[in-house]
This record gives sequence, C-alpha cells and structure tokens, in this order.
Amino acid sequence: MNYKAGNFDVAVIGAGHAGIEAALAAARLGAKTIMFCINLDSIGNMPCNPSIGGTAKGHLVREIDALGGEMGVAADKTMLQSRMLNLGKGPAVHSLRAQIDRRAYAALMKHTVEKQENLSVKQAEVVHLFESDDGWHCVTKMGAEYTCKTVILATGTFLAGKIFVGEVNFSGGPDGMFAAEGLSDSLVKLGIPLRRFKTGTPARVLKSSIDFSELEVQNGDERVIPFSYRTKEKKQNSVVCHISYTNDKTKEIILENLHRSPLYAGDIEGVGPRYCPSIEDKIVRFADKKRHQLFIEPCGADTEEMYLQGMSSSLPEEVQVEIYHSIKGLENVEIMRNAYAIEYDCIDPISLEASLEFKDFSGLFGAGQFNGSSGYEEAAAQGLVAGINAVRKIQGKEPLVLTRASSYIGTLIDDLITKGCSDPYRMMTSRSEYRLLLRQDNADERLTPIGYEIGLINEEEYKEFLNRKEQKEKEIKRLYALSVPPSKQVNEILERLGTTPLSTGIKMAELIKRPEVSYFDLAPVDKDRPSLDYEIAQKAETEIKYEGYIARQQSQVDEMLRLENKLLPQDIDYSKIDGLRLEAREKLNLVRPKNIGQASRISGVSPSDVSVLLIKLGGTK
Amino acid sequence: MSEKTIAAISTPEGQGGIGVVRISGSQAFSVGDKVFKSLSGKKLSSLSGYTALFGKVQKDGEVIDEAVATVFRAPKSYTGEDVCEISCHGGRYVTEAVLRAVLEAGATAAAPGEFTKRAFLNGKMDLAQAESVAGLIAAKGEQELKLQLAAKDGRVSKEIGEIEALLLEFSSDLAAYNDYPDEDLSELDPENFNKILYKAKGALEKLLKNYDSGSLLLEGIRTAIVGKPNVGKSTLMNLLAGKNRSIVTEIAGTTRDIIEDTVRFGQLTLLLADTAGIRQTDDIVENAGVDLAKQRIENAQLVLAVFDTSTPFDDDDRQILELIKGKNCVVVLNKTDKGSVIDKGLLKEFEIVEISAKEGLGAEELQKAVVKVTNAGNIDSSAAVLVSRRQRDLAVKALNSVNEAVAILNSGMTLDAVGVLIDEALTQLYSIDGKRVTNQVADEVFRRFCVGK
Repeated sequence: MNYKAGNFDVAVIGAGHAGIEAALAAARLGAKTIMFCINLDSIGNMPCNPSIGGTAKGHLVREIDALGGEMGVAADKTMLQSRMLNLGKGPAVHSLRAQIDRRAYAALMKHTVEKQENLSVKQAEVVHLFESDDGWHCVTKMGAEYTCKTVILATGTFLAGKIFVGEVNFSGGPDGMFAAEGLSDSLVKLGIPLRRFKTGTPARVLKSSIDFSELEVQNGDERVIPFSYRTKEKKQNSVVCHISYTNDKTKEIILENLHRSPLYAGDIEGVGPRYCPSIEDKIVRFADKKRHQLFIEPCGADTEEMYLQGMSSSLPEEVQVEIYHSIKGLENVEIMRNAYAIEYDCIDPISLEASLEFKDFSGLFGAGQFNGSSGYEEAAAQGLVAGINAVRKIQGKEPLVLTRASSYIGTLIDDLITKGCSDPYRMMTSRSEYRLLLRQDNADERLTPIGYEIGLINEEEYKEFLNRKEQKEKEIKRLYALSVPPSKQVNEILERLGTTPLSTGIKMAELIKRPEVSYFDLAPVDKDRPSLDYEIAQKAETEIKYEGYIARQQSQVDEMLRLENKLLPQDIDYSKIDGLRLEAREKLNLVRPKNIGQASRISGVSPSDVSVLLIKLGGTK
Repeated sequence: MSEKTIAAISTPEGQGGIGVVRISGSQAFSVGDKVFKSLSGKKLSSLSGYTALFGKVQKDGEVIDEAVATVFRAPKSYTGEDVCEISCHGGRYVTEAVLRAVLEAGATAAAPGEFTKRAFLNGKMDLAQAESVAGLIAAKGEQELKLQLAAKDGRVSKEIGEIEALLLEFSSDLAAYNDYPDEDLSELDPENFNKILYKAKGALEKLLKNYDSGSLLLEGIRTAIVGKPNVGKSTLMNLLAGKNRSIVTEIAGTTRDIIEDTVRFGQLTLLLADTAGIRQTDDIVENAGVDLAKQRIENAQLVLAVFDTSTPFDDDDRQILELIKGKNCVVVLNKTDKGSVIDKGLLKEFEIVEISAKEGLGAEELQKAVVKVTNAGNIDSSAAVLVSRRQRDLAVKALNSVNEAVAILNSGMTLDAVGVLIDEALTQLYSIDGKRVTNQVADEVFRRFCVGK
C-alpha cells in the first residue's frame, strides 16, 4: 500500500555529484527540495578516482564554483595534493587537478546537504515515477509517494547497475552498493527509451604492500591554487603520488586472458568510455605502444588504500593480481578492492533541451551519467544546471542556457543535446573551439555575474568578484601606460631570458607580450607595482600576452553567433523539407535545433543540409 | 514544404540555332505536358529518364514551335530534381514565347543561379563547383573554360581538402597532447609542426600563384597605356579591340572600384583603366601630371608604353621609361610605317614590339609579348585553380594565418595561441569548399549567376 509522504517543489533522485549540486542549487534558490539516495553513506561518494579536476574537468569545477555550486569548495577543503596541469602549454589549457580525501569529501558533502535549509535528504530507492494532474509522483520501495512539481533524474551508475569481473557478474551499484531496480521499467513505461553504458574502475591496493623505492615521485605544486574563489585559507600538499609503467609482461598477461574479459566475451552490452579506456582496451587499441603509464594515488589521509589510476579492468580477479604483480613496485601488491566494470541504464541526451528538461516531459530533468556523460565534474555541472532550471521552471522564468561561447558547461550540454553521445561523454579541452576565451582563470568573469543574477552568488561574493576584476583591469591599464627606459638592469633581465635588449624605451605591456618574458620577471624594474594576488597578476599577464589571439578568437565567436542568432521554427516537420538528405531529416526531427548554428553541429547534418535550411527557412532574425 | 517548379531560358540570349527552356521541380513533367504535345502522343510524365520526344509547343491551341523535349528524372538531373528541357528553334522571340507558355502552365520564373543553387542544395555539387558554374557560363576563351571545368570537377575542393587535412593533423596532435597529460606521450616536436605548416603554406602559395596567372585570364589584365601625346595610343586601342571592340562599363563594386573598359584581345581580356581619360587628353604626362601616370602604372598588371619610333627619344619618353622599370611592361614602338629612328639601346631590358597601329600591323606579335610578360595563360590548366575573387581572398587570409602561426611557433609562443591561428586558417578554408556554411557564402556565390543556369 502506498502512502502520501508529502509535497515538494523539486525531487532529486540520486545523491552523487550531479544530485548534490542539483539539490543544493534548488534548495538555495528557495524551492522545497527532497533528495533520494539508496544509501546515505554513499552521498558524494567517489567510487572511481580519488581526485577532482584534470584537463577540461578543472575548468568545469571552476565554472561550477563561479556559478555558485559546491564542488570546488568541498574539493579545496578535502584536498591532499594539487597540481596545475599543462603548465607550459599555454593558459588556454591550464587545468587544475587535486587529489582528494574521498571519505572526507563524501562526509563533508553529506553534512552540507543535511544542513541545507529547504532540503530533505532521504535514504530511499525510488522505484516508480509517474505524472498526474497534480504533478510528478516519486514512489519509494517502502511505498512512500511524494508529489513533486519537478523531478531531476541523477541516478549515476545505480540505474539497473550490473557489475562485471571476468566471468562473474551480478546486479549491483558502485562501491558495493545495491543497484536501483524498478525505476528503469517505470521510465520505459513513461516512454523514455533507455540504453546501456558501462564504465570501470581499477583496484584499490594496500599501501604497505607497495615498494615505492624505485618509483618516480609526483609532487604537488609549490603554490597551491584553489578551485574555489571562496577558499581563503592557504592550502598545502600533504601527500605525493607515484608513477609506474606497464611492461611487456603486463601486455602478455592481458593478451593471454583477453578471452576472459566480459567485454571481449560479449557479456557486456554497454558501451564504454572511449577516452577513459580500461587497461585491456589500451593494450588492444594501442598495440604498438611499449608501455602505459599508471599513477599510484592515495585514497585519503586516514586510509592505506591506494588507487591505481590508468589500470581499470574487468578481467577476473586472479588475472588482475597477476597483471598488477607484473608492474614495478607492485610485485607483491595486495588488492583490497578488486577492479570491476559496471554497466548501467542511461538515456540518449538528444531527448533533452539545453535546460536539461526532457523535450517530451514537462518538469522532468536529467543530469550526470544518466544523461550519458562520464566523470564527477561533468555530472556536477549538469546537476547544477538542472537544479537551477527546475526551480526556474516552477517560478515561470526562462531557463538558464549557457552557450558554447560562455563556458565548458555550455559546451558540454550543447554537445550532449545536439550531437548526443555514443559512449560516456568526457569533457576535453579539444571539445571547445574557444579555448583561449574559456580559460580556467576567467571562469568568474564569464559566469559569476550569471550566478549572481540567478541568486546562487551572494552580495559579498559578488563584490569580491567585482573587486578582483577591477584590480586586474587597473593593473593591465597601468602596464600599458608604463614606459620602461633602456637600462642596464632591464637589459640584463632580458638577456638572461634570451630576448633582445632594449635600445629605446618601450611600454611594460609590450615587454610582457614577448613570449620569453613573464610579468614576474620584470618585477625588479617595476618599482610601483601594486601587491596583487598571484592569480590576479597572472590573469593580467595572460590578457596582455595573448591579447591579439584572444581578440581573434572573439571574432570567431562573433561569426558563430550570427548563425546562432538565426532561429529555426520549432514546429517544423523536417521530413517535409525537400533537399535535405534523409539522415538529416531524421536527425533534425530528433534534435529539433533552436537555430542554424545548433543544426550545423548535429552529426548527420552536412553543410549542404545547413545551406538548405539557411536558404529555405532563412532563419527568422 | 514543397519547392516551386521553376523555368528559364538556359541558352545565352539571342544566340545559336537552338534555344533551351529548362523546367525543374516536382511539377516539371506536368507543366511540360501542358505545353508540349508529342508527335507520338506520349506524355513526358510517362517517359523514363534520359529520353526525349519530338513534338510541338502549343499555347491556347496555337503552335509556337517544333521542339524536342528531354526528360531527366530526379535525382539524375542537373538540379537533382525532375527536369524537362524543351529545345526549340533559337532566336529570342520563339524561345521567349515557349518560356511564357511554360510559365503560364504553372512554372515560376527562375531567379538568377537558381538551377545551380538547387543542384548545390540537392547535393549534386559542392560550393566550389557551383561557383565555377558561374565562371563556366561566363567563360570567354578556351583556357578559361578549362580552368573553370577543372574547378567544377572538384579539383579545388580536393586541393583545399588536402590542406585542411594537414592543419587538422596539427590540431589533433595538439589536442591529444593537451588532453592527455597523463599518457606519457612524447613531447611534441616543433620541427614536425613546422613541417606540417610549411607544407600547408606551400600548397596555399601554389594555389594562389595559379590563381594569379589564372585570374589574368578569368578576370582580365589591368592594363595601363602610357605615352606622350600623338604617339598613337588611341589607334593602339582600336588595334587591340579590333572591329568587335566591346566596351563594358561599370564593372564596379565587388572587385574593382574604378570604372573600366573591357577589351577582348585574342584569348586575353584587357581591363583598360580610365581609358576615356586617355582618349580625351591623349596625354597623361603633360595634362594629368607625372603623379597620375605613376599611379596608373603602379596599379596596373600590364603596362603598354607607346612610343613613336619615327622620332628620337626626348625627355618625356625617358621619364616614361624610368616609370615603367621593373613592371610587367611591353614597349610598343608605333608608326613603323614611317621608319624607325629610335635608339633601341635604351630598351634592352624591355620586351619590345614594333607595330603600325594605323596599318593594323603587329597585333599578333603584341599579343604574344603580352602573354610573355604577364605569364597569362601560361598555367597548368590541369592543376587546381581558385575560380573567384572570393576564394582567393579566403585563401590569402588562410595563408596569412598560417604564416603567422609559423612565426609565433618559432618565437616560442605557447601552442594554444598557435592553435587559434590554425583554427582561423581552417575556418577560411572551410568557407572555400563549403564545409562551413554561412549565408554570406551562399548568397555571394549564387548572386553571380545569370538567369537560366
């Protein structure tokens, strides 16, 4: 027998990285929110790598933070080691990554949601979802029926989860949790087609069983830059990571046992992430590569469990032992938790609007792995957007739609809903065509005004942001105005850096534009330099040094916007438009793009199809 | 959304023994059947593709002309739609009467370039090919025709595609390097990047060089005629133009700002800048000043410097010789009919042609000399050639981006900035071959068409 358990504005199904951001955003925007989780101890769990950030993912965390999300703050509070990746490759691709104490992170997130006003946190499995005149109804396994105006599905890998280790497989969620059974049927009955994706994770091994003596050490950065603009205290690295490599022996073991992989045996139907392959996948796909790198990372400050990044596998447990033992430093390693693959239900995100609301189901939203993405950061980014838009829906406001030109979040969502994904979607810097504009160092300038307007950035944070921006702009102006006369001192610096010494005066900014010269190198000849935060100074430098390239990328954005501004009618039947190729007609009807620009990004829509649209529909300006 | 059925005369106006009215669209055959009655009584709509019927074109029961109607079935037609072509007897009046009948039977008059636009929209050709159709129709000489055909074949698109592939290789290497800092990928080798960029640069330069020689054919040679008064510039003009002298005024706007006269000279087209001025004053050095002469010579791709060979060089002549040094120039020694006294020792570095404009002698030699100094026509017409100013401008922009990328790559600038320039170059190339579509591109390309093709 079901019982009426209460009414809510927003229900969030799932309490992983997507669910948390969705629930917190909704509650903080004043909506009465409930979040369901199969096991409260799995709130904010990191069932895979104990790290947050990485290439492009670091950008996402910064953007989440700039909009008023939680992930960056929590990552900073529980970080063990921090590195800015890709230094030396240019500011566009600098990406922050931090090793995280995973239990501390989960505990902090659990406490954060528990303390959040307007938010109820429930341990319950939602097994049935349906819509009636008075809204959406979430029914739990215990028979509690919650009536909600909007529902956000953030089920991660729990939905009909199935674990694979060699020939062994069973129903299960991540990290030994139960899978969510039941809800899939309910969704299919609603008319939401589901598909199977899979992902995998490596083993956790006992620290004391590793021989670190011969392994390469990877230290954190001397100067730790936090993810969050709200993090004020100075952070320190407290751990190191280690690097080892696979070898011929490893390869041999894998190839010998390949037939026992559920993937190669054909037991797994789900599609795995192309850009985050298992070790057996790497060996097969990159057959001529002699070795693969792996990182040995601590899972926390209070645990001896170590994570073996780059070594995820679904081979049988005994083969895993053999593989790991073939690697230097791991000869006697003791596995604490074995590697496994997990297969789960998700949707084709083409069925979503840019607001992450289902096109065909008003008030129903999807976020995270449920939408076909992979990764904590990708999940959190979508959760935040879905949470914001669920509330805006109830308030009758226009949804928040972030453009590709505004952010990696916008790029991520546009990719998902326009191109769809045939394997779990991972964010990468190469997914953005505007890398030099979407830097991790200017996430606040791009998004904090939006976060403020929405209501997730408070007055104080906004004022701080404006202050940072003003300081930077003032400094740039000063550097453009300041003349540097030729002097022994400056020429010594320039010669040391391997660049032409001065014979006549030059503006400081022009010197900074030289590739060899940094802002900080010039401190000795810049006596009136204000004392600025390192990050502000660096941003000023970047904007001077890359000024020309930033401007050129901006003009590419402007060009794109012209197509983006050509709106397409939403009620059109593309199958009736002559000249479009068959595939284009189908895809266009499926995606129903908002404008010509979006249409041009749909795979299966060729340039000549776009011309047809341009010429026949013209695009209502 | 059903497309209108369109029709137009697709043979050049007022020429030839046959006029063709082309009808394209879903109603092509039913429109055709309304005006065309075959001798055999068969309907056009009953025919299979690539077949023809002989019969009569009628309007209101009155016979306009005898004609052959050819049926092309979608998608195997020029436009990719159902097409019916009615070939009647040439001549403006008859052909127009047939078109009127067709329009009254339910077809809509085709807009300029609409047939080709439809062919493009139906995937029958890419943008560069469509663009070359405009050139094909306007082609005036054999060489030119070959060039445009080469473009229509898709050779330009292929060549551009190869340059794109090079730049994409660069981009994807960069992407892997940036997105996988954990995979121990070997450090990127700037030498390799340099190699890729130099290859792209070379290919673009070759395309542009071909264009420049080609464009002298396709677009005409900007020509300045200079000389003192009374050396025979006007008579030279007449010699160049022959009896069929065609003066086309107002080729203004998109490519050239000044008004020019176009003169057909054998295989070549000469664009004579401000010839009216020359004819009126017949003396640029004296009347308009040395500055104007300088400016004309500066802007010209070809200078024809005319001297009276029957009188010795004076200061004015020597001043002209100074101005034309280093230019693509032919020294025209006129009035050979009056005997030659000129000191040819001063002309060693020039290409010299002796003519008698008055007697009409030396035109052929002059043509040869022009070809020699301008390199016009001296192009490999089997090579890919950009066919329009639009394509050339884009290729120039792409080349500039690549050049700049090379420069900053070697200055030690970070690769993300280099990447911006590579993306920029790619964007330009995509606009040449139509892989990236903007409405400006489509508009620009199809605007160049006359009605009927």
